Amino acid sequence: MEVPILKQGYYLIATIQAALTDEDLLKLHYALVEQVGKHRSKGVIIDVTALDIMDSFATRTIRSLAHMIKLRGADTVICGIQPEIAFTMVQLGLTLEGISTALDLEEGLVLLNKNNTKKRKP
Amino acid sequence: MEGSVSITVVSASDIIIARDLGRKIGKELNFSQTDLTIIATVISELARNIILFAKQGNILLSSTKQGNKVGIMISAEDKGPGIPDVFLAMQDGYSTGKGLGLGLPGVKRLMDEFEILTETGKGTKVTVIKWSI
Repeated sequence: MEVPILKQGYYLIATIQAALTDEDLLKLHYALVEQVGKHRSKGVIIDVTALDIMDSFATRTIRSLAHMIKLRGADTVICGIQPEIAFTMVQLGLTLEGISTALDLEEGLVLLNKNNTKKRKP
Repeated sequence: MEGSVSITVVSASDIIIARDLGRKIGKELNFSQTDLTIIATVISELARNIILFAKQGNILLSSTKQGNKVGIMISAEDKGPGIPDVFLAMQDGYSTGKGLGLGLPGVKRLMDEFEILTETGKGTKVTVIKWSI
């Protein structure tokens, strides 16, 4: 199932559904990197609330996705990592170093807004 | 629950089938939500190694008993190239750059029992057990 990408002002919101195939994740990659340019977005939120697991592939893909979006000039916030997924990721040794995370979509938007106002200040 | 299920792993969609089945078996064995996530993640990691290194293989899921403990046994078997240096494969690779990055140390940490049998040129079999409390 493809990941829907919503445009919300300067931001793009991608909500990942439960069982995502590797192919869907890679498709999301291309779609987001392209849409950041198309909509001149300043930030991207990847909502993983519904994701059933974060294994090494998913973590690696999301990490590289955030780096690519950064190269395109926008910030990325990963939100909604569930407690049991956080627990499993730490035990597996998976990290999202250097990538902003937020509790949920609301906090994610607050974080993007904060980063963007800081940037616009002289 | 009796018996076991075997899933042939060839493509990425088989990974999802395998981990969903693992979750289902885990639920029947009354595992907690966290443990179900752990079980699904471990299956995902092991199945991915099969596809990446051996192209295809099998995941065997079964319930297991020891005394009054009940658990799930996950066995990942392939006839791939094998792991030449198991010691290296068991080193943490994600953060240190050492190890082979197969995720095996992480899998071992997540499970209660861990066994690996591998022979160069013949294949690899990883068997893990998680006990339900």
